[in-house]
Amino acid sequence: MKKYSAFGLLRNALSYNEKWPEAWRSPEPKRKYDVVIVGGGGHGLATAYYLAKEHGVQNIAVLEKGWIGGGNTGRNTTIVRSNYLWTEAALLYEKSLKLWEDLSQDLNYNVMFSQRGVYNLAHSLQDVRDIERRVSANRLNGIDAEFVAPEQLKKNIPGLRVTANSRYPVLGASLQRRGGVARHDAVAWGYARAADQRGVDIIQQCEVTGIRREGGKVIGVDTTRGAIAADKVGVVVAGHASVLADMAGIRLPIESHPLQAFVSEPLKPVLDTVVMSNGVHGYISQSDKGELVIGAGIDSYNGYGQRGSFHTIEHTMQAIIELFPAFSRVRMLRQWGGIVDTCPDACPIISKTPVSGLYFNCGWGTGGFKATPGSGWAFAHTIAEDRSHELNAAFDLQRFTSGALIDEHGAAGVAH
Amino acid sequence: MLLIKCPWCGNRAESEFNYGGEAGIARPANPDTLTDAEWADYLFMRKNPKGLHQEQWNHAQGCRRWFNAERDTVTYRFTRTWRIGEAPSSTRDVDS
Ligand SMILES: Cc1cc2nc3c(=O)[nH]c(=O)nc-3n(C[C@H](O)[C@H](O)[C@H](O)COP(=O)(O)OP(=O)(O)OC[C@H]3O[C@@H](n4cnc5c(N)ncnc54)[C@H](O)[C@@H]3O)c2cc1C
Ligand SMILES: [Zn+2]
Repeated sequence: MKKYSAFGLLRNALSYNEKWPEAWRSPEPKRKYDVVIVGGGGHGLATAYYLAKEHGVQNIAVLEKGWIGGGNTGRNTTIVRSNYLWTEAALLYEKSLKLWEDLSQDLNYNVMFSQRGVYNLAHSLQDVRDIERRVSANRLNGIDAEFVAPEQLKKNIPGLRVTANSRYPVLGASLQRRGGVARHDAVAWGYARAADQRGVDIIQQCEVTGIRREGGKVIGVDTTRGAIAADKVGVVVAGHASVLADMAGIRLPIESHPLQAFVSEPLKPVLDTVVMSNGVHGYISQSDKGELVIGAGIDSYNGYGQRGSFHTIEHTMQAIIELFPAFSRVRMLRQWGGIVDTCPDACPIISKTPVSGLYFNCGWGTGGFKATPGSGWAFAHTIAEDRSHELNAAFDLQRFTSGALIDEHGAAGVAH
Repeated sequence: MLLIKCPWCGNRAESEFNYGGEAGIARPANPDTLTDAEWADYLFMRKNPKGLHQEQWNHAQGCRRWFNAERDTVTYRFTRTWRIGEAPSSTRDVDS
């Protein structure tokens, strides 16, 4: 496999970009693997990559029912940050943010990680107190965070309406400067290419339909391309977590919901950062192509349909126009939905299960894109060592029995 | 927007309703005797099926009553709704 470089770009330009090699192989599935990862989203591909890179596992397959990155990875609004309230969550997301900071180098693939800062707005005195508390908690955990007062916000984000007498006045914001956005597809493709280089078989159009067990231990999976034996199986299927858990007779505290997003027609640069508001349920950034990327809250009902209801769109647009009145005449170009796996405490599950050799990574809900590198890293450790890393020990499925929940509704909420 | 048939008021727009999650989760009769695992199952574990789901809705902007519904979580189509405490009709209003 060729290393990507500036020289390579030039050489391939001379041959009219017609001689680029494939970025990863598409092998036939083998009869048996040491580890099978179910789900070819960013998290599954990252898990395979770190299993090979950090733990020297040789014989790995990633099974994806559609195409890699076609789930939430390719549907999300790409906000990356680590300013979560509780230490357990903050350290896990911060591990991820550190990995993001040199991911393009590590993968030899430009994931277009852009640390343009992320603002979370406060609209009431209680919001201000909550945000100040979170900023302080972040700093105690060594995570960059600051409180920005309204006067400064006006200067930093000229389009934002900062007045004290609007219905939802902006009274300040938290800012994480190291937060930002990345190119979602590139994350899936970059991990796929780097994993493939280390010998991982990436098998698309291969749906897992059953999880084979014998004497309380996993022995393989049934798929639409035949049975595949495996010593260990790691499941990372986001919105389909409950469907896969059902195949193994496990119950999860997960509910799947539609989550929608939208992009506008491309505009000249108008917004050079990310602005989120839990209070009015909307958030916005501008892509490098110039589109405004706008996200919403989940639709209330359980759903696997990758689409939601129109009143959610209206509600989100009202919020955006309330915050940025100048965008009222911008036309929307596309709208879509994903299926997010929400968990009662708004935190993920990265865990062993009652079935030996079977591991689940799910519950990222509306906010797992930012965690892609850290989630893969921690899940790889959990699978390779058959025990959690200290970073994900608190995110065990057992917490719902012990009661040690990690309530991140404040930091997660609508904000992704 | 979904069209939802309240068993008292008839068809109304989704925006009049609040969603109440999985139906038929019975509150434990003897809470004192429950193990931690049984509590976890009652409080947190959910069926979350891909397909027909029995769930609760509240007609919050209408008669304000709770009712049960069966809905397909892929097509989102409601197949039937019925009043709390009553049995669902044996036939569906529509197929999912
Ligand atoms: C609209 C929207 C906006 C979002 N915005 C943000 C954001 O700004 N920031 C953020 O951090 N997060 C955001 N998220 C959440 C984020 O997208 C997800 O948490 C994250 O991408 C999950 O990654 P994943 O790899 O686990 O899941 P996915 O990318 O969904 O991958 C799971 C894969 O499993 C496959 N699969 C399912 N069943 C099977 C089976 N039986 N056999 C084989 N394969 C199967 C699916 O096809 C899918 O490709 C958003 C999500 C949505 C929908
Ligand atoms: Zn009614």
